Amino acid sequence: MHNVAFPNKILPYLLVAPQIILTVIFFFWPASQALYQSVMREDPFGLKSGFVGLANFRAVLSDPNYIHALQVTVVFSILTALVSMGVALLLATAADKVVRGQTFYRTLLIWPYAVAPAVAGMLWLFMFNPAMGTFAYLLRRNGFGWDPLLNGDQAMGLVVVAAAWKQISYNFLFFVAGLQAIPKSLIEAASIDGARGARRFWTIVFPLLAPTTFFLLVVNTVYAFFDTFGIIHSVTGGGPAKATETLVYKVYNDGFVNLNLGSSAAQSVILMVIVIALTAFQFRFVEKRVHYG
Amino acid sequence: MANIVLNDVRKKYGNIDAIKGISLDIADGEFLVLVGPSGCGKSTLLRMIAGLESITGGEISIGGRVVNTLEPSERDIAMVFQNYALYPHMTVRQNLAYGLKNRNTPQAEIDRRISDAAKALEIETFLERKPRQLSGGQRQRVAMGRAIVREPAAFLFDEPLSNLDAKLRVQMRVEIKRLQKSLQTTSVYVTHDQMEAMTLADRLVVLNSGVIEQVGTPIELYEKPATTFVATFIGSPSMNLLPSLSSSAWSLAPDINLPQGSATLGIRPEDLHVADGDGATEAFRADVKVAAVELVGAESYVHGHLTDGQPIIFRVAGRSRILMDDIVPVAASRQALHLFDEAGRRKDA
Repeated sequence: MHNVAFPNKILPYLLVAPQIILTVIFFFWPASQALYQSVMREDPFGLKSGFVGLANFRAVLSDPNYIHALQVTVVFSILTALVSMGVALLLATAADKVVRGQTFYRTLLIWPYAVAPAVAGMLWLFMFNPAMGTFAYLLRRNGFGWDPLLNGDQAMGLVVVAAAWKQISYNFLFFVAGLQAIPKSLIEAASIDGARGARRFWTIVFPLLAPTTFFLLVVNTVYAFFDTFGIIHSVTGGGPAKATETLVYKVYNDGFVNLNLGSSAAQSVILMVIVIALTAFQFRFVEKRVHYG
Repeated sequence: MANIVLNDVRKKYGNIDAIKGISLDIADGEFLVLVGPSGCGKSTLLRMIAGLESITGGEISIGGRVVNTLEPSERDIAMVFQNYALYPHMTVRQNLAYGLKNRNTPQAEIDRRISDAAKALEIETFLERKPRQLSGGQRQRVAMGRAIVREPAAFLFDEPLSNLDAKLRVQMRVEIKRLQKSLQTTSVYVTHDQMEAMTLADRLVVLNSGVIEQVGTPIELYEKPATTFVATFIGSPSMNLLPSLSSSAWSLAPDINLPQGSATLGIRPEDLHVADGDGATEAFRADVKVAAVELVGAESYVHGHLTDGQPIIFRVAGRSRILMDDIVPVAASRQALHLFDEAGRRKDA
């Protein structure tokens, strides 16, 4: 066999180096720090730390506040993923029917993705702040007791909408691409076979979109778990009464506000395990039901 | 079971006329083939019958019912697509059942029709497989099966064999013909392959840029092509067309009288033979300088030029001993001469 690999011994390493360096600096190093911190306890003045084994994990897992944060996260993630994917799919199927100016609509719908999470949060806060929000005013005037500062469910609703809104554009793009990848003749065959409207969508289009939907499910879950800190921080700050305190938000709160580094590190390790397990679960069980081309 | 009537059917895309007024009467149980070069509008016409393209003008009726504004599902037709268009996420059985389920056919009836169709098409062994586990030929059969189980008024075929290899294509061609004859279902079949068209059709429609050039049985079209377009399109290799009636490169027997207004002389390669001095079969005579000889087994095609440079092809039975650069005298009988006027229309004496 003729060796077609690089004749240069160093070049291949140089070529993969940027990716390796990035991963090491921004993933392996912090992850190892978190692992290290999670088995240490800091003294109140930050002068020394001592090894405590799994004490931090025991403390975290037996803390009712932590279990509460876990429940909040599950509710928040499911709702965010459902709302963002549902609305995106609706918009994508509508955009797929538009013949003229499709690029224009698509460009418009992509904009929210370019908005930073904190800014997205502020946008929704301004609209729905009970003191000054336009929509809050409209809701109240119509007899709806809108007050996310006191009502935990309403606060949850607000952060879900803000978080989902930002992700819709991303999902929309993938759904549009997915829809366009479905051969036109399949839709025509279905229409000759007497399937119309909703029936055609659920029996032909939706199953054929399954790979896209599955991919987005993974991405959106990870997004809801990790990337929504900015939105929650700017809209509710985890309140009222921890009603919107997700796991990530609690990691931040315990570590950087309350300076309980050991507990915070233990929480982030647990979080990492949860997300890895969740993704593995999705690939193991959901993907089986997905049909790839 | 139904006839299909097209009355002055037109299709416009913006300012472009794709179909320029086509009228056809397709009898109940007839196998009609639409043939023409790509872009001639044959697929558009088929899709208009299916209801997948809107009709700009004219009227289409199936079984005496005008279908212009009906949905494809309401027209009682079944279509076989070029890429088969099988639902990839369903098994073969589900693919066959889908159209029946949508019409609320009882389950027992669905099962009966599927098993009948599966038997006829020999696809029983892979009813539980997904389309991606099937070969091209098997997918083709499933696509046919999906049309058959519907027991529609008409089958529409959109180049169903063009994704198959040559051997399978011949095999499926025979099978489609056999099935259509046994089911007696009116069929419209679109193809660009004149061989497919000739062998399948009860009647052949040659389309060219949105208009009908000629309608007739395959043999009629072969023996009496109405235009130079049909003459060159039907038959392989194409008919030789000599664009002038007086040339020093060839001669006609003196006792032959040509119809008034003839401008083009056409002779099929298979009607030319090496001249042997028998005056009765030599109404036409010419010398050909051989440029290439194609051996195809049972026969050979000789490509060459007349003395004025006109390209010409003729057929020799068996393996030819003619060599490149030979000068060969060729001849054809009076019956083999096709004459066309300036506009390319057939002239008969």
